[in-house]
Amino acid sequence: MSDIKITIIDREGEAHLLDAPTDMNMNLMEVCKMHELPVEGTCGGMAMCASCHCYILNKENLLPEKSYEEEDMLDQAFFVEDNSRLGCQIPITKELDGLELKLAPQQS
Amino acid sequence: MIKTDILIIGAGPTGLFTVFEAGLLKLKCHLIDALPQPGGQCSEIYPKKPIYDIPGFPEVLAGDLVNNLMEQIKPFEPGFTLGERAETIERLEDDSFVVTTSRGTKHHAPVVVIAGGLGSFEPRKPPIPSIEKFEDKGVAYIIRDPEVYRDKSVVIAGGGDSALDWSIYLADIAKEVSLIHRRKDFRGALDSVEKVEELSKIGKIKLITEAEVVDLKGEDKLEAVVIRHKGEAVEEEVKPTDSFIPLFGLSPKLGPIADWGLEIEKNAIKVNNAYDYQTNIPGVYAIGDVNTYPGKLKLILCGFHEAAIMCQSAYQRIYPEKRYVMKYTTVSGVSGFDGSKKEAKKEVVKSIN
Repeated sequence: MSDIKITIIDREGEAHLLDAPTDMNMNLMEVCKMHELPVEGTCGGMAMCASCHCYILNKENLLPEKSYEEEDMLDQAFFVEDNSRLGCQIPITKELDGLELKLAPQQS
Repeated sequence: MIKTDILIIGAGPTGLFTVFEAGLLKLKCHLIDALPQPGGQCSEIYPKKPIYDIPGFPEVLAGDLVNNLMEQIKPFEPGFTLGERAETIERLEDDSFVVTTSRGTKHHAPVVVIAGGLGSFEPRKPPIPSIEKFEDKGVAYIIRDPEVYRDKSVVIAGGGDSALDWSIYLADIAKEVSLIHRRKDFRGALDSVEKVEELSKIGKIKLITEAEVVDLKGEDKLEAVVIRHKGEAVEEEVKPTDSFIPLFGLSPKLGPIADWGLEIEKNAIKVNNAYDYQTNIPGVYAIGDVNTYPGKLKLILCGFHEAAIMCQSAYQRIYPEKRYVMKYTTVSGVSGFDGSKKEAKKEVVKSIN
């Protein structure tokens, strides 16, 4: 087992301390779905729907840079802040142990 | 009225392959799709992306998969109603159905198959509380007729290709064009970005960056937009305008199908997967990403399988008195409605003297 702990604050403000595996080629969006948090992952992880839009609350410097596709999608999303990311573009790695994030409001 | 045997809602890979499976059973198909071209997500969202889990294709681009499917179903002469969304379904006395689209096109068939994927693609609406009040009263998400904006003031919001291209186009028609974008960077074809920059310098486009529209004002119709600069509520500006066009791309919505009386769970239609992928309405099937059942996998290959099973059931429904025996295409070949016939080469017996 090589799990890390991640804290995800849902849209009602409730914090969930979750186990996230680092050895299953997973990303943040998939971790949310695995734990049945209300993240749709409509496009399946292609950075094309923003249903996994979240705000990163710490360790932002440890995340991979935004790709062109992610920036492009965030341009079309709403409620975007400086710390906005798409969960599907963030792979779960050991360094992210203790990561905290908040789900962005659901889009129409 | 368009008449067919199987009416398919959604022209993505699953809907397209249904035409083939139905064709083998000599059933004719017609497809409705809200997008202007067939292929669904494969054509609209990721035509240039590879897919690696189509059996027999180690790698295929989504766009090529659609082209191949179109080629495969050509002998069965499917009809298409494109750029129109299926709106209503009506059940007739003989248990057949009439489906009417957003533009009023009527389709009549004994069997309806919903292969709608994630739903129909619709413009993303900005989360401005009063926006719906001003729809068609100054607010539009799609530009159908640019002439509507002649000599009017227009505010366009967005940072992608369509926001850039329409700003350029309307700069010659409208009295004033403002382009509002959250950031300074625009993502679009380099030509378009440069052209907007040029038009902005000569005052033909008012470029307002690091800003967004947060509210709309007006009595019976739109009179002004409220622009917030740099995310600061203190830096708000009320800008009078005749029209506001937010261009933030498309997102899929289940849409009117959700009101058809089908059993729905988590945005998907429940079907009987133990038998034929029929919904709670007899004669209405749901296949591909739009359906759900225990163990469902949203994969193109699963949609193909569901299409084959579903067509057998549809055949029984249309011809209750007939017994159909499944045939292999390798053995029986493929006979198109266009008179074409494909079949395996026959071995010949000839003695060599």
